[in-house]
Amino acid sequence: MAVSSSELKVPPRASIPTAPSAINETAPWVRVLIRVLAYSLLIGFAFIEFIPFLWSITTSFKPESEINAGFVNGFSWLPKNVTLENYANIFTKVAFGTWFINSLIVGVVTTIMTLLFSSTAGYAFARIPFPGRDVIFWMIIATMMVPGIITLIPIYILLKNLNLLNSLPGLIIPFMVTAFGIFLMRQFFMAIPVELEEAARVDGAGRFRTFAQVVMPLARPALSALTIFTFMGRWNDFLLPLIIVSTEENRTLPLGMSTFRSLYKTDWGLLMAGSLLVMLPIVIMFVAFQRFFIEGVSYTGLKG
Amino acid sequence: MARSVNPAQAAVMTGSSLARQKLMDKWAGVLFVLPALIFFMVFTAYPIVYGLFLSLFKINTFNIDDRTFVGLDNFSKVLVSDDFHTALLNTAVFSFFVVTIQTVLSLLLAVAVNQKIRGKTFFRTAFFFPSISSSVVISIIFLWVFNQNGLLNYGLSMFGIHGPTWVDDPKTALPSIMGLNIWTTSGTMMILYLAALQDIPAHLYEAASVDGATPVQRFFRITLPLLTPTTFFVVTLGLIGTFQVFDQAFVISNGSGGPEKSTLTAVFYIYQQAFKESNHMGIAAAGSVVLLAIIMVVTVLQKFLFKTDQEY
Repeated sequence: MAVSSSELKVPPRASIPTAPSAINETAPWVRVLIRVLAYSLLIGFAFIEFIPFLWSITTSFKPESEINAGFVNGFSWLPKNVTLENYANIFTKVAFGTWFINSLIVGVVTTIMTLLFSSTAGYAFARIPFPGRDVIFWMIIATMMVPGIITLIPIYILLKNLNLLNSLPGLIIPFMVTAFGIFLMRQFFMAIPVELEEAARVDGAGRFRTFAQVVMPLARPALSALTIFTFMGRWNDFLLPLIIVSTEENRTLPLGMSTFRSLYKTDWGLLMAGSLLVMLPIVIMFVAFQRFFIEGVSYTGLKG
Repeated sequence: MARSVNPAQAAVMTGSSLARQKLMDKWAGVLFVLPALIFFMVFTAYPIVYGLFLSLFKINTFNIDDRTFVGLDNFSKVLVSDDFHTALLNTAVFSFFVVTIQTVLSLLLAVAVNQKIRGKTFFRTAFFFPSISSSVVISIIFLWVFNQNGLLNYGLSMFGIHGPTWVDDPKTALPSIMGLNIWTTSGTMMILYLAALQDIPAHLYEAASVDGATPVQRFFRITLPLLTPTTFFVVTLGLIGTFQVFDQAFVISNGSGGPEKSTLTAVFYIYQQAFKESNHMGIAAAGSVVLLAIIMVVTVLQKFLFKTDQEY
């Protein structure tokens, strides 16, 4: 399936302290002014970015009666009576647990397959000459620029013919190989010094052994970045589940939350609790992997 | 597949001579690429071609393999459809405002973070944060924020402004979704700009300072021109993303595209034709081809706009 723009989001490089203060020969008051402007903009925008999350967090701890009273009595930030009932009810009123497990299966399996396929193919495109290699590689790159919408109906028909509609494999298989994954790994392998592999090869190691024992351990930063992008993409995907999943037991979190929003339109405490729980694993992953994430991308970015 | 990374299997080959290795390389290359290539061909390359092909057929919704060749009939239908016109107009308006605002905003944020300030990492993380969340969840949170008595109207009331009903008003529904989109993606775009800013060689700024250039001059004469390739990339990503906006419009309008079709986007139209109307899958496919063509033309046009052969 052609890569959606969210997968194209090329991530940050590690900060390389090359740019100096751009304010060497400037008058002191201008320097102060620039800094005041910079801080105001940054703090202001950080505030705007966080405040909706803060409000959804406080809402999720309010009892339903208090939220409803808010429509009459006016706005309030903090709950008067803190409750965990929304977090408990989300698992009983709707099949949140099932959605969660489905999303987890889809995310984990797709990620493992993507890592495997992207690293083997990426390695071959970087290192092993075979007939037609460059033509095939550029064809793969070209599909990255094709907007994903064109494949929506074809993928639906394909899955229908493969009898994979309304199934978890139907959500996994179309995304196991992505142009972005192959591209990312290929760029990373290109940047690894060939000498490391040649040393292993002179010692008599074959391609497979060199790949498994020399190359793959070095690729950890790139594999970490790819893990994050792939898992996040699947965890958050909405359109494919929307068109192929038709029964409750196969719903993923975004699809479940969307149907839940239609059913419990006004139960904001529940909606906020559910939304925050959907975000939680990604937030944990983001915090835990951030170092690998920036490391990996800086490495691919520098030599790409 | 598991075979290629099995060390036990690989160990058997330890004794191979270099000459034999070369011969085996060709096969190794094929083995490494083939499984991925098969999936790529079936689920990426083939669907692109198949999508173009399907736009020429009338497709029976209840028996998808029952197709009649209708030539360009789907295109003539979709191109005169009022709903498609509305959807394209909504999408164009959405795309224009979101891409313009988020590009300028992300550039300003990147320049600000790149100053000598404290908390660079914090700001970078904070701005990136919304883009890791699911679009559906963000939309639900914003429905709550946009609520008549919600956070936004509370904020406005502090300035004495009586806020509108946002997503329930056809005038403000689409701008609301624009706002949430800008809110989500500006941080990501900022990180792209920041990486590029950090690559600009220091000596350029030093030289300009020695020549007495003001900070404003340095920004417009050095920073901005050198960022042109990044701007092209940021705008391209923005265009491809915004032209295909769907999730937010779907969740915010509760699957209707309303009020009064004000949030009906192009992908929304395609989705409705394909999966909500009987026998309109071919029309939907034609709609996708038209959208694809528009995205490609706009992307190429802006490539000329940002045409540069700047090297440094």
